[in-house]
Amino acid sequence: MNIIYHIGNYFILLSKVFAKPEKGNIYYRQIIREIISLGVNSVAIVVIISTFMGAVITLQTAYNTENPLFPSYLIGLGCRDSIILEFSSTMVALILAGKVGSNIASELGTMRVTEQIDALEIMGVNSASYLVLPKIIAAVLFNPLLTIISIIVGVFGGWVAGTVTGVVTSEDFIYGIQYAFIPYYITYSLIKTVFFAFIITSVSAYHGYYVEGGALEVGRSSTRAVVYSSVVILLFNVILTQLLLS
Amino acid sequence: MIAVKNISKSFNNLPVLIDISVTFEQGITNLIIGQSGSGKTVLLKAIVGLHDIDEGEILYGDIVFNKLNFHEKKEIRKQMGMLFQGSALFDSATVEENVIYPLDMFTKMDPEEKRERANFCLNRVNIHNANHLYPSEISGGMKKRVGIARAIALNPKYLFCDEPNSGLDPKTAIVIDDLIKEITEEFNTTTIVNTHDMNSVMEIGEKVVFIYEGEKCWEGTNQDVLHSDNEKLNEFVFANNLAKQVRNIH
Repeated sequence: MNIIYHIGNYFILLSKVFAKPEKGNIYYRQIIREIISLGVNSVAIVVIISTFMGAVITLQTAYNTENPLFPSYLIGLGCRDSIILEFSSTMVALILAGKVGSNIASELGTMRVTEQIDALEIMGVNSASYLVLPKIIAAVLFNPLLTIISIIVGVFGGWVAGTVTGVVTSEDFIYGIQYAFIPYYITYSLIKTVFFAFIITSVSAYHGYYVEGGALEVGRSSTRAVVYSSVVILLFNVILTQLLLS
Repeated sequence: MIAVKNISKSFNNLPVLIDISVTFEQGITNLIIGQSGSGKTVLLKAIVGLHDIDEGEILYGDIVFNKLNFHEKKEIRKQMGMLFQGSALFDSATVEENVIYPLDMFTKMDPEEKRERANFCLNRVNIHNANHLYPSEISGGMKKRVGIARAIALNPKYLFCDEPNSGLDPKTAIVIDDLIKEITEEFNTTTIVNTHDMNSVMEIGEKVVFIYEGEKCWEGTNQDVLHSDNEKLNEFVFANNLAKQVRNIH
């Protein structure tokens, strides 16, 4: 019953979020602010993690294909496909669920317990739409860019790790990342990213928006936001993979 | 004028407001008093529409507010200003941006007009040279005054104050009380103040409603408070030794 209650409440929140905005130009300003807060401020962590993950994927692929029957360009191919298909969309989404999700839940939760959301409601502002919609739009617009950055940086990290450690030559790695390239994989990755961006922002906003109590509950809501966003991302990862790749 | 008629409200089958009826007059400060947990904050939040009531009617003039949908309520809410217990200023906005916010949302003023209006409101509450400070950089008393400035930005017909003196020293509390009274007279608002501060009752309580365990127990003026023979009201008003001594002197 509890889960049905929360799912119902989540969709009620979404119906308020997607109600007609009050004033377009104010939303535009909010969206720009959220793009900077949720998107641009996440570039550094995405770059760092993608670089190291690309490096690790290359080294592990090399370690597991130490066989003369396997051509070494497969290391580049393996690195590319792992990053495009799974890492840059799903893994980055899970990391952003931690960073962005907790940020959203704690921001909205604090606004709730300090009555800032009540203040908006008193003024006649649709607080759900004003506070949540710009976050969803910002993430849905900007996260695909983060995915593309992650793909580029991840493959670059793999190339650096492979060539520096000598497990693969630069020529073989570059040949591998070009070999049997399927452009649709990029589309698949970006479609997943858009869904995940929506999940991270909306699920986290739900947990923050309905906080009751004080600072302790804000902290708990922040944790719940990360956990539930991550679980829903993993669930949708399976569903989308089946729908898009089968 | 705001009138509540026979309103009741429960949380999880626990009655918090029981059949309350009261009228709040325009141009005077109406006080809701009662001890913590008596239901006065729930009553105030029900009046402004933050809590849905189970039974009864809330009337703004002739309009039954609690029967309106969100968009219809919006038109009345544009005429409301509210000062919250913790001020509820937007953390990410400066003092000036906080006051400009309702103007941004509901007027077509150009940026210069909005800034002028914000400065007028800030000057009205004696806030000077703090326009570019953030709420975290100003004192509790200043936050309350900025909260009042934001509440009056749109020339409200209705002003609500939830525990305006909580957390303030007695001198600053008097400044806030005086400000609320002045603004009520100046803007001719229907003002409802929620408080358990007896200084406020005596200073600005032109009409006082006493809530006890979710029920309206007494109503009158601040002068009536001192001479009432209502036992529960007297227990509340003369709860501390100083008040008892003052009463004995009288």
